Amino acid sequence: MMTFMEFAFYIAAAVAVTSTLLAITRLVAVHALLYLIVSLLAVAVVFYTMGAPLVAALEVIIYAGAIVVLFVFVVMMLNLGTQAREEERQWLAGGAWIGPVILSALLLLEVIYLIARVGPYSNMGGVADPKQVGIALYGPYLVGVELSSMLLLGALVGACHLGRPAPTRKEVRG
Amino acid sequence: MTVIPMSHGLILGGVLFALGLAGLLMRRNLLFILISLEIMLNGAGVAFVAAGSRWGQPDGQIMFLFILAAAAAEVSVGLALLLRFYRLHNTLDADSTSEMRG
Repeated sequence: MMTFMEFAFYIAAAVAVTSTLLAITRLVAVHALLYLIVSLLAVAVVFYTMGAPLVAALEVIIYAGAIVVLFVFVVMMLNLGTQAREEERQWLAGGAWIGPVILSALLLLEVIYLIARVGPYSNMGGVADPKQVGIALYGPYLVGVELSSMLLLGALVGACHLGRPAPTRKEVRG
Repeated sequence: MTVIPMSHGLILGGVLFALGLAGLLMRRNLLFILISLEIMLNGAGVAFVAAGSRWGQPDGQIMFLFILAAAAAEVSVGLALLLRFYRLHNTLDADSTSEMRG
């Protein structure tokens, strides 16, 4: 007898894999991004069923809410038209995708074999609530939090610097 | 209490990672390459949370938070570079950067 949580896990996992597969094969960037959002929301459900509610919420807020919106803004700024779709079709035609797909599938089969072979049958579902996560995050992992804040600051400065309009030749000679 | 085997969570992470890897290798559009990188990071995060959930410890979730920060940093710099690239070459084809003849 499957409980609701198990049922939700397998359904959400299937949705995540399907929508990811669709996301990497779309020709239009916006369609791929919409499938990516579905995939991320499904993974958030998976996290919830695995007993990680805080991470499930952050997946929705940061991944689906902030990172994908960043992608959407960039796609809007690029203003790609039907010409881009034709180019994309051309690039994917001619079987250029077969090699990478076979190689990744081989690696995946190896990983699945190793996971399925090793160790006793152990179950997930140990719940670590947000309070526990917060205490650990600002206790033993405090250095990591500080380092990731530095990383984000560096990324902010880098993105600001790279995002400026390119200087014209005249300005460079100055 | 759920009784999902940990191996199923790890396999889900592995499948997502492999899909991202396949996308990374087969696409020539830089935007899709960045999307595939996000998928790969997400797959690694699923594996971390699954392993954390097996022992009921918060460490797996904390690793996921660090992955989240790294993904956000990577995507902001990556997209800024992508915009710069598009302004320079007027295309998103990764093969068009062959000026260094490497």
